Amino acid sequence: MSGADYVLKRTLFALMTVLVAVTLNFVLFRAAPGDATSSLRSCRNCTPEFREALYRELGLDKPKLEQYWIYVKDLSQGDLGLSFVTRQPVWNELRQPILNTLPMVGLGYLIAMVLGVLVGVVAAWRRGTFLDWGGVATSLFFYSMPQQWFGLMLLIVFAGTLPASGIADPFIEFTNPPWWTVLLDRLEHMILPSTTLGLVLYGQYALIVRSSMIEALGEDYIMTARAKGLSSFAIVRKHALRTSLLPIVTLAAITLGFVIGGDILVEAVFSYPGIGLATYEAVFDRDYPVLQGAFLLLTLSVIVANFVADLLYFKFDPRITG
Amino acid sequence: MTTAPAAELLTRDPDDFEEPRRRRHVVWSVIRTQPQATIGAVVLLAVVVVAALAPYIAPYGERERVGDVFEAPSSEHWLGLDDAGIDMLTLMLHGARVSLIVGFAAALVSMLIGGAIGLLAGYFGGKTDIILMRVTDYFIVIPDIPLMLVVAAIWGRSLTNIILIIGLIYWTTTARVIRAQVKSVRERVYVKRARALGAGHGRVLSKHVLPQVAPLLVAITVLSIAVAIFAETAIAFLGLGDPTLISWGKLIENAFSRSAISVDAWWAIVPPGLAVVVVVLACTMVGRALEDSLNPRLRVGHLSVRHFRLRNLGGEEAR
Repeated sequence: MSGADYVLKRTLFALMTVLVAVTLNFVLFRAAPGDATSSLRSCRNCTPEFREALYRELGLDKPKLEQYWIYVKDLSQGDLGLSFVTRQPVWNELRQPILNTLPMVGLGYLIAMVLGVLVGVVAAWRRGTFLDWGGVATSLFFYSMPQQWFGLMLLIVFAGTLPASGIADPFIEFTNPPWWTVLLDRLEHMILPSTTLGLVLYGQYALIVRSSMIEALGEDYIMTARAKGLSSFAIVRKHALRTSLLPIVTLAAITLGFVIGGDILVEAVFSYPGIGLATYEAVFDRDYPVLQGAFLLLTLSVIVANFVADLLYFKFDPRITG
Repeated sequence: MTTAPAAELLTRDPDDFEEPRRRRHVVWSVIRTQPQATIGAVVLLAVVVVAALAPYIAPYGERERVGDVFEAPSSEHWLGLDDAGIDMLTLMLHGARVSLIVGFAAALVSMLIGGAIGLLAGYFGGKTDIILMRVTDYFIVIPDIPLMLVVAAIWGRSLTNIILIIGLIYWTTTARVIRAQVKSVRERVYVKRARALGAGHGRVLSKHVLPQVAPLLVAITVLSIAVAIFAETAIAFLGLGDPTLISWGKLIENAFSRSAISVDAWWAIVPPGLAVVVVVLACTMVGRALEDSLNPRLRVGHLSVRHFRLRNLGGEEAR
């Protein structure tokens, strides 16, 4: 199979998964008990007539198939519907939380990657020593912790020294601060949530880098490099590390779904106003359009990330001929 | 050489899986060669026994108010009291029951679903395989906790629902590994011979294929117990657990929502989390060791983590 065929096949698979996701998303939410009219938070004591009117306005009286068609048509135009609670377009409700979450999760990813690669490489390089044992044990320990609990542990320890909730100091804007103060404040608020995500995630990265390093170190070309008289640091850096970093590309994509899930827990712990907290609040408001929109966006981002990882893998690993 | 995109990397073609050793020997070889697995098994057993005996060994009643709100640990209350003045040790013991029930039952559900899908996809191949693996791919990429949140919000908050939700989401690893193993078993001579002798698909599957993959299935299921317990704490933390039951996840949630942190009541938060860590570590140790000894190839380039696994990372076929 040629490269073009490979890319085409992957693209088709990704599109199919998107279609499945969109459909399941519709089915999941239409199977839900309680609609806008029974759960609208601002409508606890409104009249049956009003409910009926709302029911019709939201298109809930139409046949399911027609509803599906309308849903797909709106979606193709980027219309995610209106929030039940605020009556604003869902996309407007979700844009800011997404922008808030991205840097925080990005920082968490970075922490996980750097720590994971570092610990994994050192453990594999010093295989069988105390360093190896300690690295693996610590990784396993961090991997075994519920993230929300680890977040709470950090809260107990750092509650006084670091900002424990929110995304920014609410009073800072009144002082008309220079931009770096704002940036610093934002960064300070990201430290605890990002560290929680990063540390809970790094364990699995470290274990995978370690085992792929160990495998790489057993290859013939490492023997050749050694025979050429390269220092062991040069061997690890130039020869073994390159091959064993490949799985990290895939891993980063596959764990994205897990990171997004964890993000909800972490944002709930630190009241960080991101997409996770928005999803969490939408559940309790029974704000199905927001929940549906958030869920769809989250799923799509994971599908896209996997698609990109496939292509990157194809580009980086010359052994994949398609 | 076949393609190796992200999803397929998870289980590279395992045609060269070695035949599982005889089961009786597996147990002993594990104990001898893998002390950490033995430790894990002993710990797990101890937790199960304690959980089973909870009503008899718990010092106080699980709803009994025995002192002040967030009273510090003392000789009468080893782990202090919670936000309603209930003994934490008692709550921990009772919580173990629900957490373990969810863990084991959900792992069983995922074993049934994943096992069935893996068996069918691996055995029949072709279109069945393609369709089933597409579905599996979808469940792999879907963000797990948001999905659980949505389904739990829709289905309602009972213990059975939570078990089903977790089981319905975390079967993908099982399906992939079993499919890979079945694909190799299917090609063995004795299976082909049974087919040639006129045995139906059902008979071949149940008499010849299933027994071969059963030990591996058990190993993966032990690993999924850990995942399920995690999932339970997540659901409970997000307030979608069964409100009438006490579990470790619920205890963490309780401590958080009743702001145990602001009154420095660490004893209300630390124990349930540590208990989860201990059980998850124990399951991981046992599961990994079982898997390793059932499948010697895994010992090198293998790792089992949460709900996915990578193996043969270097690209075995290329050599």
